[in-house]
Amino acid sequence: MFKKILIANRGEIACRVIKTARKMGIATVAIYSDADRNALHVKMADEAVHIGPAPANQSYIVIDKVMEAIKQTGAEAVHPGYGFLSENAKFAEALAAANVAFIGPPKGAIEKMGDKITSKKIAQDAGVSTVPGYMGLIADANEAVKISNQIGYPVMIKASAGGGGKGMRIAWSDEEAREGFQSSKNEAASSFGDDRIFIEKFVTQPRHIEIQVLADSHGNCIYLGERECSIQRRNQKVIEEAPSPFLDEATRVAMGEQACALASAVGYTSAGTVEFIVDGGRNFYFLEMNTRLQVEHPVTELITGVDLVEQMIRVAYGEKLALAQKDVKLNGWAMESRLYAEDPYRNFLPSIGRLTRYRPPAEETRDTYVVRNDTGVFEGGEISMYYDPMIAKLCTWAPSRGEAIEAMRVALDSFELEGIGHNLPFLSAVMDHPKFVSGEITTAFIAEEYPEGFDGVELDEAALTRVASAAAAMHRVAEIRRARISGRMDNHERKVGADWVVTAQGTRHAVSIDADRTGATVTHDDGTSHRVTSDWTPGDTLARLDIDGTPLVLKVDKISGGFRLRTRGAEMKVHVRTPRQAELAVLMPEKLPPDTSKLLLCPMPGLIVKVDVATGDEVQEGQALCTVEAMKMENILRAERKGTVSKINAAAGDNLAVDDVIMEFE
Amino acid sequence: MNDILSELEARRDVARKGGGDRRIAAQHAKGKLTARERIELLLDEGSFEEFDMFVAHRCTDFGMEADRPAGDGVVTGWGTINGRMVYVFSQDFTVFGGSLSETHAQKICKIMDMAVQNGAPVIGLNDSGGARIQEGVASLAGYADVFQRNIMASGVVPQISVIMGPCAGGAVYSPAMTDFIFMVKDSSYMFVTGPDVVKTVTNEVVTAEELGGASTHTKKSSVADGAFENDVEALAEVRRLVDFLPLNNRQKPPVRPFFDDPARVDNSLDTLIPDNPNQPYDMKELIHKVADEGDFFEIQEDFAKNILTGFIRLEGQSVGVVANQPTVLAGCLDIDSSRKAARFVRFCDAFEIPILTFVDVPGFLPGTSQEYGGVIKHGAKLLFAYGEATVPKVTVITRKAYGGAYDVMASKHLRGDFNYAWPTAEIAVMGAKGATEILYRSELGDPDKIAARTKDYEDRFANPFVAAEKGFIDEVILPHSTRRRVSRAFASLRGKQLQNPWKKHDNIPL
Repeated sequence: MFKKILIANRGEIACRVIKTARKMGIATVAIYSDADRNALHVKMADEAVHIGPAPANQSYIVIDKVMEAIKQTGAEAVHPGYGFLSENAKFAEALAAANVAFIGPPKGAIEKMGDKITSKKIAQDAGVSTVPGYMGLIADANEAVKISNQIGYPVMIKASAGGGGKGMRIAWSDEEAREGFQSSKNEAASSFGDDRIFIEKFVTQPRHIEIQVLADSHGNCIYLGERECSIQRRNQKVIEEAPSPFLDEATRVAMGEQACALASAVGYTSAGTVEFIVDGGRNFYFLEMNTRLQVEHPVTELITGVDLVEQMIRVAYGEKLALAQKDVKLNGWAMESRLYAEDPYRNFLPSIGRLTRYRPPAEETRDTYVVRNDTGVFEGGEISMYYDPMIAKLCTWAPSRGEAIEAMRVALDSFELEGIGHNLPFLSAVMDHPKFVSGEITTAFIAEEYPEGFDGVELDEAALTRVASAAAAMHRVAEIRRARISGRMDNHERKVGADWVVTAQGTRHAVSIDADRTGATVTHDDGTSHRVTSDWTPGDTLARLDIDGTPLVLKVDKISGGFRLRTRGAEMKVHVRTPRQAELAVLMPEKLPPDTSKLLLCPMPGLIVKVDVATGDEVQEGQALCTVEAMKMENILRAERKGTVSKINAAAGDNLAVDDVIMEFE
Repeated sequence: MNDILSELEARRDVARKGGGDRRIAAQHAKGKLTARERIELLLDEGSFEEFDMFVAHRCTDFGMEADRPAGDGVVTGWGTINGRMVYVFSQDFTVFGGSLSETHAQKICKIMDMAVQNGAPVIGLNDSGGARIQEGVASLAGYADVFQRNIMASGVVPQISVIMGPCAGGAVYSPAMTDFIFMVKDSSYMFVTGPDVVKTVTNEVVTAEELGGASTHTKKSSVADGAFENDVEALAEVRRLVDFLPLNNRQKPPVRPFFDDPARVDNSLDTLIPDNPNQPYDMKELIHKVADEGDFFEIQEDFAKNILTGFIRLEGQSVGVVANQPTVLAGCLDIDSSRKAARFVRFCDAFEIPILTFVDVPGFLPGTSQEYGGVIKHGAKLLFAYGEATVPKVTVITRKAYGGAYDVMASKHLRGDFNYAWPTAEIAVMGAKGATEILYRSELGDPDKIAARTKDYEDRFANPFVAAEKGFIDEVILPHSTRRRVSRAFASLRGKQLQNPWKKHDNIPL
């Protein structure tokens, strides 16, 4: 076996690879940029080599620098992770020239699968189902209609240089095809300077389902089931699972066999992924092949028991696959949630900064469930602007899909993450979404179910009752502690009562607490009683409670007269008061948050690059007002409605924080 | 006999109604609670013992003799907060607009005298239209009687004022001399002269809220130490503050059961200081991570944000914290921050509350506005306050401690008991760049030479070890162990005895 390998990557995937290498007794070398000096992968590796400034194009993807690090450390092989140099044929070539093993596929396979058109041709030749379509150039609208009819409606008319939805039209009839062809062509010409158009079948109710393949250099190739990755936001995968709730065994076998056929056709070795789009009738079509380890590989590992990184290393060393297809058994269900440093309440804008708190749930492997967290960060670490905003991949496994979802809910509730904006509440919301729970999902799930973005979760009544019971019991514990302060008047101590009124999310729960040594029975005024047990003590930021035999996990912050609690994607201020306090609290005026509709607030910390308007200017809806640079991106802020600028508080060159007022309107 | 007993109940019922149902409803409509409701929220349930319920005014002018409500517009007495005794007065806006008469003042004076005699804090809930004009000079005399008692009680028992309605004219000076002033947002204001007089005299047009609302006094004037959303929150937070304070200057600060290991290690503190020395970080994170259960009661949160002041607990016992805040003005000292911190340090010293100081200070803020404003004397206040304090003093330098500001911030030289530094500390006369520009003025034209000189200076002084060699730093500690080290330091100082020479009083540069 290799004695030492270099991991040409950073973050969670570098850590992930190091873990397996260590298990196999292989020494590891990390590489790091200026921004990653204190990163977790550097701490975990046996050796680390600095390879340059923070931007990846000056460090992680500079082949010469990585080659130099290899030379310097004497690494015998390189695992590229995903992204960066993982699908770079030149890198594979450079390694080959230096006689260093590439823990990935041969250069030829990377090249062949790297080109969309070539890969589709190869797939067709290998008998892989591809989206029916016409890939030649289309002369005019008449030809477009003719081709559309051959394919069968609905069809997608696409600019070959296209991307990001530009130059794309869906047509359901001859007329729409004619129109769509013309407008796509015009748009393509103006947007890309390339008006070549092609037409393909438009897939309805599309799901993204991919097959994991594993091939050795001795001609063996197996598939390790599928992963469903339909929960995506703007083509960024958010939640993945294995197996897919949609596939039947016959489809799975057909997809698996085609995936292996494709891998064999290009002489593939190592782990790879063949992505398919699957329609509502379980027709599947080849999309592309990813010639690397996928981000979401852990779900496959959890249901197959195969360590994909270990297999990649063994294959790279020239070993034969120890597994045959018949040995691959899918066991149970695995879920993966990707934690991103993206603020769901601000339309998922990236968030950077210091992780003042980072306490993932404990990784556990039991017969009934598994919790796994692949991460590259630590408490006190920094999420920088230079790299992918993914913080961690939280995975759960359980015998059934429902149990895996439930384990994920609890794991997400237990995940403490502070200091930056993150999508934990959104992930929790999806785990409770009826459509997701039923498995009826398509790649449009997020766009369709959250068309206006995400603005938090309101708990239902049953859940609120549980939260209220918990809060009352916790508050009583905290009050009893307060009453035990030194300096009390002897014999005139404060007696903490049993009756409390809990207000949460606009509801009121009058409760009476009967506490004993093992917990508390909280009786609500509707006569129902709930048994609360917990080892929570004041100051704990995470409360693990058991309410009537089912777990409830709350993130707890102290606020005046109660707690700020977070659970299941909901965030609420919960007040616990004596009946008299509650009676008086009702008299307090409700204060509305300040009206910010007449203000332009800075949506992210950043630098004002330019201000496009002046005081007194009348602006139209959608007009550019100013440009803020953040995360190396220029963001143009536009007027939400027609108005007149009354005051400008910032000038080009100013550094602003979130919610700083940039300008005001009349 | 029964009649006599029921006579008492009947009289009590009338007194409890204050200005009557209509005025109580008007008070509620303004989002304000009544004087008695406020006391109920401030004190432990059922613990209030009232004085002088039947006191009535003695004024006979302007037809006042016809209207002599029981209690005379203020409710006074004592009760407990979490079982600890406090005295309280609560002005009743429903009776003559809470205006202060001779008898009203006498009621307040009575409980203040008892508070000093019995060693318990005084909490005043202010909601008053001002002097009882009908009484004239008798009312002014009443104010002065209260003032004199505020002064005598200062430093003997903690005095807390909560402004829960108007507080104008002479009335402002009683709260002004108490230890802490809290205000309720949108329903309270304080000023010496109101908007009408301001307009007449200076032609300035200003609203009461702009002139003396909670925002003005917490952000601009620093008259108030904090502001809360409403009466309920304000009173709950005063209870929380009282839990940090000793009952009087002869007692140790309170201790309560705690659930946070004093030896808790926090590895994330090892990365708190950014690699780039010019990049700020949030000092509040350090305070929260060192404190028991992350609980920090901040004083003057919205004023002079370049310094943080407030209370935490270590091993259940109250500790006052002063810390430079690098996210604001780089954490420098200036007029406002020096005044803010000096007053806080003196409060802690007066009431035997140990002081923990976190230092990251690049120096005093330069400029004409500072010099013209008298930064010399204001800065000296903080220096004076630290130097005279005899309570246990533990200091941790996290990063910069430059120049005179190093001396000021509870240095070893000002009788610091434990002076710790993180390995990232830089204790020097000034930053390396500034120092080399002065030391090697003749080489300024040669950037390479200057860079080398700067590097030399950094290597020599940008660390805590030069100071540690001289014993100015007792120990260089790892950031992650700060809570344990600081807790143990204070534990070892529980028996500290230190007395300043006898004097009538000092002459701090006011």
